[in-house]
Amino acid sequence: MTYTHSVDDVRCGLEAHDYLPDDGLATAIFLALELQRPLLLEGEPGVGKTEVAKTLARWTGGDLLRLQCYEGIDVTQAVYEWDYSRQLLHLRTAEATGRATGVDADELESELYSERFLVKRPLLQAIAYGQPPAPVLLIDEIDRADDEFEAFLLEVLSEYAITVPELGRFHADVPPIVVITSNRTRDVHDALKRRCLYHWVDHPDFDREVAIISRRTDGVSDAIIDQVASAVAQFRQLGLYKPPGVAESIDWASSLGRLGAAALDVETAEATIGAVLKYREDQQRVREYGLAKLLEADSNV
Amino acid sequence: MVEVDATHLDRIVAGFAAALRTAGLDVPVGSVVTFRQALGVVGLAAWHPVYWAGRATLVHRPEDTALFDDTFAAYWHDQLRPDVAMEMSEHELTMALDTGDDEAATPDDAEGTQEVDLVLRWSPTEVLRHKDFSLFTLEELVEAQTLMRQLKLATSVRPSRRQRRARHERGRLDIRHTVQRALRTEGEPLIRASTVQSEQPRRLILLIDVSGSMEPYARALLRFAHAAVVSRRRVEAFALGTRLTRITRELSSRDPDDAFAAATGAVEDWSGGTRLGPVLREFNDEWGVRGMARGAVVVVLSDGWDRGDPAVLAEQMQRLARVAHHVVWVNPLKATEGYEPLAAGMAAALPFVDRFIEGHNIASLEALVAAVAA
Repeated sequence: MTYTHSVDDVRCGLEAHDYLPDDGLATAIFLALELQRPLLLEGEPGVGKTEVAKTLARWTGGDLLRLQCYEGIDVTQAVYEWDYSRQLLHLRTAEATGRATGVDADELESELYSERFLVKRPLLQAIAYGQPPAPVLLIDEIDRADDEFEAFLLEVLSEYAITVPELGRFHADVPPIVVITSNRTRDVHDALKRRCLYHWVDHPDFDREVAIISRRTDGVSDAIIDQVASAVAQFRQLGLYKPPGVAESIDWASSLGRLGAAALDVETAEATIGAVLKYREDQQRVREYGLAKLLEADSNV
Repeated sequence: MVEVDATHLDRIVAGFAAALRTAGLDVPVGSVVTFRQALGVVGLAAWHPVYWAGRATLVHRPEDTALFDDTFAAYWHDQLRPDVAMEMSEHELTMALDTGDDEAATPDDAEGTQEVDLVLRWSPTEVLRHKDFSLFTLEELVEAQTLMRQLKLATSVRPSRRQRRARHERGRLDIRHTVQRALRTEGEPLIRASTVQSEQPRRLILLIDVSGSMEPYARALLRFAHAAVVSRRRVEAFALGTRLTRITRELSSRDPDDAFAAATGAVEDWSGGTRLGPVLREFNDEWGVRGMARGAVVVVLSDGWDRGDPAVLAEQMQRLARVAHHVVWVNPLKATEGYEPLAAGMAAALPFVDRFIEGHNIASLEALVAAVAA
């Protein structure tokens, strides 16, 4: 099953859905699709890692199955759980209708552990997914989960199979497209990295950022978009605690658009700076450097 | 554009992997196989896809990118020129043999370290416990290692999101297990199960100053860090010098001498100067504030001598203190009689330190163990 024949197909496919990947990311995605390997994306928050999975789902037409990781995530939230209250209800109904005495106890029990009472969570949903197009499984912020969960994930991703003891083994007829993201608050285990294709998502260059912002905002003038992209590019050079990502650039441009600003001058920048810089120290640093100087440089770009 | 047959391509790939390993990159065989598959898909027609295929399959950390780029440029430049392609393959095979030799050499090294272990000699423990690290001989350092290993480092605990089953009926009702048990008793929920919140030990982060003034202590404390890394899972270690070096991976080797050699080898500015403020900032930006130090116990091992601007150090210590659960500063000089934290860096950092303790001998490290558990 192929979506693409070349890296360019991937780029065009994603661009058609408003995501503009660079060469490295397009190649990594192409390889992930061709070799049926999970794709591990690392990068600063706000560079558009999660967006890759969402766009892939829109492009391939597959369902997006999202598993948000957090500390202490376990099998019942990630893979499956039995619906105990319905099982109990089933048992009581059998009792009330007198069926319980009529049928064999084994039969009643095997009824209780049928797929009917199985609540599938994202991982099992992705594996047990029957028909094409393949779903896109997004495992978001894997660095928040603990080591044990990573080890479990490795097992699932190398076999594309999950065993439910009471039911048997689920095997993916259509392997899901797997995208794993990490903010790198800790290192993902080497074994998992080996299994995956890896790409470090960087901030886009000026031209790409302008293109991204204008695709993602409505009714914002090109002049403002240019100014925003240029100011943000300079913010990233100032050594801030949290250099703004593309997500912040888009937010800033949309805020300016919503305010109906004609151009980005010092007052409007001052009023809207909270959309891009979210640390008091960072705002301080930018002010010390001089907002006027930053915006002046814009016009020269 | 180059036409190569499959076996030749295998050789080129293997040669490239060997070149990367020689350059110091960790390249598992599995990744090489994936890279070979990837080349089969993207082809060798152009330089670009080959490069990005390599990046996606062989590089697993952003830090390795520069090394990869250099090796790639040197190696593929020649490979993608048709006239040298055949000639080069001979050369690659030699490289592959070279790595084989390296592996064969490792057991010898291991024997060497065993010998060191054999000359273990016991001197009165009490004397060693109170002796200043700067006066240690190499043998004493080895013995101290054994003593340090006995120090059980346990950080204080914090509530975790994970629920665990309670032995007695308390906490929250666990419907899942109650019903599961009810199924055994014909649907009658006779026994009620419950869960309580479980607890997790906090992460421990060791920041070790490796500047010239700390050299004798850094040697000893690095071994302490090794004992900590090996015995527990949630420990991270960094070396602070003129730059920041993460040494957790290097210290994770079981053998203390191997680990020590690896760690000092990884720290390029071992026994150089310190820029405590900027280096702490680097730690905060790249690791600490991003998540590693959140709710963690952070131990800084340093004498606080810093030629930089104390305001920078103060700001970074404040940032660190805001996310960390506890900041412990270990200063070997504190044991010196009449010591006052007059070094500008030390004075700037102190307001943001929860515990300030000495770290000049093993007895004081025992005090550190107690501080970490608080």
